Amino acid sequence: MQLEKAILATITTNANKVTAGGSIFICETKEEMDKVAANLEAILDGISHALSDELYIIVKH
Amino acid sequence: MNEYTFPILFGVVIGTIARIIMLKTDYRQYPTYLHGKIIHLALGFIAAGLGSVAVPAIMEKEFTAITFLTIAASQFREVRNMERNTLSEMDSYELVPRGNTYIEGIAVAFESRNYLVIFTALITTLAYLVWNVYIAVIVTIGAYIIIRKFMSGSTLGDIVDIEHAEVSFEGAGLYVDNIYIMNIGLPARQKEIMKYGMGFILTPKTFDVRSTIANLGQRQAILHDVSVSLGVFRDSGTPALVPLIKRDLDDGRIGVFILPQDKDVEKAMNVISSVPVLENAIRMPSESKAAHKE
Repeated sequence: MQLEKAILATITTNANKVTAGGSIFICETKEEMDKVAANLEAILDGISHALSDELYIIVKH
Repeated sequence: MNEYTFPILFGVVIGTIARIIMLKTDYRQYPTYLHGKIIHLALGFIAAGLGSVAVPAIMEKEFTAITFLTIAASQFREVRNMERNTLSEMDSYELVPRGNTYIEGIAVAFESRNYLVIFTALITTLAYLVWNVYIAVIVTIGAYIIIRKFMSGSTLGDIVDIEHAEVSFEGAGLYVDNIYIMNIGLPARQKEIMKYGMGFILTPKTFDVRSTIANLGQRQAILHDVSVSLGVFRDSGTPALVPLIKRDLDDGRIGVFILPQDKDVEKAMNVISSVPVLENAIRMPSESKAAHKE
């Protein structure tokens, strides 16, 4: 089976929103979260999707 | 030299010219200049030869010679495979790929045009042998008209109404008019999209067209042609900056989101209007038996 989409990383400013599993990046501020997400997007060749103001996921499409 | 020499020569020349006319390198830049063209011109010459020789063969009651046409058919099917393989290989290197449906359409066109060459060579040689060179010239003009007709399929402008629409964000959701396109999380990426993005709404003119423009291959063809003609604001490793088309499930309209380097609205609408309607994408639900039942 070939996965067409996959969550490559999770970036959040609220550690309570995520549990273990996958790559999780916890940031202090929204600005830091944007910066980390931008870097991860470029490195992982994925797209940064916002699920809420404090939670981004990087998805490989 | 015998009585067949000039008719055969006439058929071969007209057939080859027909192939040259049909071998138009346009904005798609395919076949690429010179080498790609030589392959197709050589095959066109062979096709013209086969078509021309078939008529004298029948007149001499050499009916088995016709079987050569079946060999030609299998050879031209190979042309189709060759085109499909080449274009599929190249497609992975495109910033906005053509898609398999578009590639299949191009491959079918290359095969069918060789048959048109055989047909042209055959009827012009026949006219020359049965009547004379003047009638053959008239038949050539008729063949040219037929070729032009077969070459030009319909375009999107014939089947949809195209209008420019605003690109906007609701939270992280990107919209073209009221059609949701995708979720863009990063504010920096959202700014780029607002700066470079353009949106268009394609409204189907009939119920049948809804299915045609819903076809994923047809949608990819639109994105590819627009990106080729207007440039694209993206690079490898920037998957967020990808042109996309999404469908309004309520009424079958599609929202086209593009990132052109040339942000000329009129030009973009003309390009979308000129995108060919792919044969493989055409659906006619109104022609089904169920649709005709009261």
